[in-house]
Amino acid sequence: MKSLSKLSQRTWWIVGGVLVVIAALLPLLNISIPGVLPGATYTPGTLQLLALALLFASLALSYHLLFGTAGMLSFGHALYFALGAYGLGIVLHETELTLLPALGLTLAIVITAAYLLGSLSLRVTGISFAMVTLAFAQAGNVLVRRNPGITGGEEGLRLDTEHIPDFFIGVVNTRNLYWLALALLVVVFVVVAWFENSRAGHAVTATRENELRVRVLGLRPFGVKLMAFVIASVLASLVGMVHLLLQSGTTPRATSADFTLTILVIVVLGGVGSRWGAIVGGIIYTLLDQRLTALASSDAIDGLPAILRIPLSEPLFILGTLFILVVLFLPGGIAGAVQRLSTGTSLAPQKRQRLEEAE
Amino acid sequence: MTEIVTESILSVAGLSASIAGQQVVEDVSFEMLPVGVTALLGRNGVGKTSTLRAIMGLIERSGEVTIAGQRVDREPTHRIVQRGVGYVPEDREVFSSLTVAENLRLAERDSSPNRQLIHELFPDLTDRAGQLAGTLSGGQQQMVSLARALVNDNRVLLVDEPTKGLAPLIVMDVAKALERAAQTVPVLLVEQNLQVVRMLAEKAIVLEGGRVVYDGSAEELLSNEALTKELLGVA
Amino acid sequence: MSTIILLLITGLGLGALYFLVASGLSLIYGLMGVLNFAHGSFLTLGAFAGWELARRMDGSSWGTLIASLVLGMAVGAFVAAATEFLLIRRLYNRHIEQVLVTVGLALASVALFEGIWGTDAIYVTAPEWLSQTTEILGARVPNDRFLMIGAAVLVLLGIVAFLRYTRFGLIIRAGVENRSMVTALGIDVRKAFTVVFAIGGAAAGLGGVLASHYFGYVSPQLGGSLLIFAFIVTVIGGLGSLAGAAIASVVVAVLQQFANYFWGGTGDLMVVLLLAVVLLVRPTGILGKKA
Ligand SMILES: Nc1ncnc2c1ncn2[C@@H]1O[C@H](COP(=O)(O)OP(=O)(O)O)[C@@H](O)[C@H]1O
Ligand SMILES: [Mg+2]
Repeated sequence: MKSLSKLSQRTWWIVGGVLVVIAALLPLLNISIPGVLPGATYTPGTLQLLALALLFASLALSYHLLFGTAGMLSFGHALYFALGAYGLGIVLHETELTLLPALGLTLAIVITAAYLLGSLSLRVTGISFAMVTLAFAQAGNVLVRRNPGITGGEEGLRLDTEHIPDFFIGVVNTRNLYWLALALLVVVFVVVAWFENSRAGHAVTATRENELRVRVLGLRPFGVKLMAFVIASVLASLVGMVHLLLQSGTTPRATSADFTLTILVIVVLGGVGSRWGAIVGGIIYTLLDQRLTALASSDAIDGLPAILRIPLSEPLFILGTLFILVVLFLPGGIAGAVQRLSTGTSLAPQKRQRLEEAE
Repeated sequence: MTEIVTESILSVAGLSASIAGQQVVEDVSFEMLPVGVTALLGRNGVGKTSTLRAIMGLIERSGEVTIAGQRVDREPTHRIVQRGVGYVPEDREVFSSLTVAENLRLAERDSSPNRQLIHELFPDLTDRAGQLAGTLSGGQQQMVSLARALVNDNRVLLVDEPTKGLAPLIVMDVAKALERAAQTVPVLLVEQNLQVVRMLAEKAIVLEGGRVVYDGSAEELLSNEALTKELLGVA
Repeated sequence: MSTIILLLITGLGLGALYFLVASGLSLIYGLMGVLNFAHGSFLTLGAFAGWELARRMDGSSWGTLIASLVLGMAVGAFVAAATEFLLIRRLYNRHIEQVLVTVGLALASVALFEGIWGTDAIYVTAPEWLSQTTEILGARVPNDRFLMIGAAVLVLLGIVAFLRYTRFGLIIRAGVENRSMVTALGIDVRKAFTVVFAIGGAAAGLGGVLASHYFGYVSPQLGGSLLIFAFIVTVIGGLGSLAGAAIASVVVAVLQQFANYFWGGTGDLMVVLLLAVVLLVRPTGILGKKA
């Protein structure tokens, strides 16, 4: 078998294109995968789940740009997802704008916010950056919860469908939303790939490796990092907007720290630094989460003794534990494992083993 | 000099090291004299400090480092030190938020530390035992840093530019302390002040771009003005 | 005037809780460079342990309260030390992975707590005196505030004494300043890691029991909500600085109380605003050494 890693860049794009075409055809086909999908692929319920999986894949990709490419560990990425979802929802509700202008206005808001908060957060690096982004996201969470008049508070925000085109409304049109989610994933993928291969992308990767050397080369790490931050935030907000349409609303959970951590979990499960890993991670996570939730309320679990029943009935417990195991024993996540399998190399501890006190 | 065949106290073979992915020490090999001072010389940035840090296990390294016949290149720093290595780093690295006494207490490994010796060498430190090390002058900090190494009985001392940035009078104090220390323990000394090197060192190793370019008598090197200028950039 | 006194003392009480969480975070970060996301779970577990003990005994007696405080501390210390020993240590110096492991632990443990104790708040009982008030300069101050403040001051003094008078304390202080130089003196600094985790966990566990009396309930979310403010406190105080954490705890909590009262419940936002200002003016925090 030809090893995966030897396939050329071009081949990968072709494989990707074929997968997109297959994914685009799913709503027209009648495929059932019992145990993984709730029904045949043309049914709205399954399409809803698949669309959600695609959105999580896109969101993970946007976070990959931030964390995997630029090395910025943000604990506030959910803020921009929420800004997209709530922003669009509020604009649609409070103004007479139709979908596209409302989308444009929301984007302008997101870009401004990402630019300002990014400039501020990037005054610190590393762990401080993580905490600061967390704090800003928390402020967003507080704002949403404290202003129920505009945001719907704890209840969440219902989508005002008055100015939404008909083909995005109603259960029968779920497949249109599915296609929208698929299109978004393609867009996000292309943007992320383009950025990574651009001059700024190379600079930001170099910054992650060795900030000092980038400075010596006369580049300003701050500028390219901010650029990556804003692009990642905009992409996350687009995902938030489509999520709003798909779910016909949004809830404060979108602004919570847990939600950011979920994105982080997805990216690490998929494999930090791998675009494909982020996509696979997003899809697997969504399906797993759905299955685990179904499992939690199943009769099989109910009959178990407490010591097994309690942990198994908490999907987040299983995911968290899985996550710890991946970090400890599966460096590179799913993508890393696939690569090792295909190239026949074993886990390469040497490369990871850093010197004890070397910093 | 007579040829004494003894087991080398510290020898380095094929040592390479990198910082942040950049190789700064390349295939360095040398042996220390079993007694007295061996000088490690070279212009700024040639990798002297990195060589010492690699020996200490403070940066990523590959190659062989042998101390008193024992390979130590895979050991963590604290083990290497426990084998009897005293390290006086560049820029002193005293703990500025700790007092002089605490700096010394932290360094004591032996059951009977050489407090008396420290007191004789650096009486000033005894008077300032309760002072925060961060408030000391550069010379006093250097004495704390030296004292931290001398308070234990070591097999070898690695000393990195102990006179850097010190007033001329203090330079001589430091040099005398080193001379006295070198009577009981062999010293690998990185030093830019050639007067101090002349006074102390018998053997010299010169680095250039991370590699050894001279390994021989210190006197021969320093009495050859052209060679000194070529290798060290100064006369 | 009496309002201001009340807000000040209540702020101090809340600041005491922040400090109990932030002190451990700051020490752990200072020595090891680890941001411990699971710290909130140590607190929550301490709170539940205290409650489980109290409901088996006479919840309104002082003996029970003291026993639950001690148990909370012990549980926090044990779980934290175990975390360091079993998880963090394997990832020595791989800071990002260490953070990720604590994130996973935080998610899993909160879910587990929800599985065991449910998602709803559980109300706690305390000695009568704690729910009464004391009049100070005309302000009727709830007595539990004094318990918080007293405990935090004791913890602060205890940690300071430990750092100053023990050999581990010496190693920790030196290690916070320059860890590689500590190893270059022949000291295995990793032994100190378990110790700081245990200390941080004990403070958090104690904080958990106290928080359950301050808020009147325990819930699986208790630690997480305090943790975010503790993070802010450690950044504002300066990562790795115990004194900075103490000062920032008080500043943040008092600001929060005043803003909530005078500016219509904007306390949380003001705290984030304060963080932004500190970042602009002094990115290293009040007493931090380097970014
Ligand atoms: N922390 C660091 N990051 C990147 N490069 C470094 C660092 N420290 C030293 N270097 C580089 O390593 C090389 C060797 O430095 P060093 O060992 O300190 O030289 P010397 O002690 O001979 O002056 C130099 O080119 C220097 O620029
Ligand atoms: Mg040097």
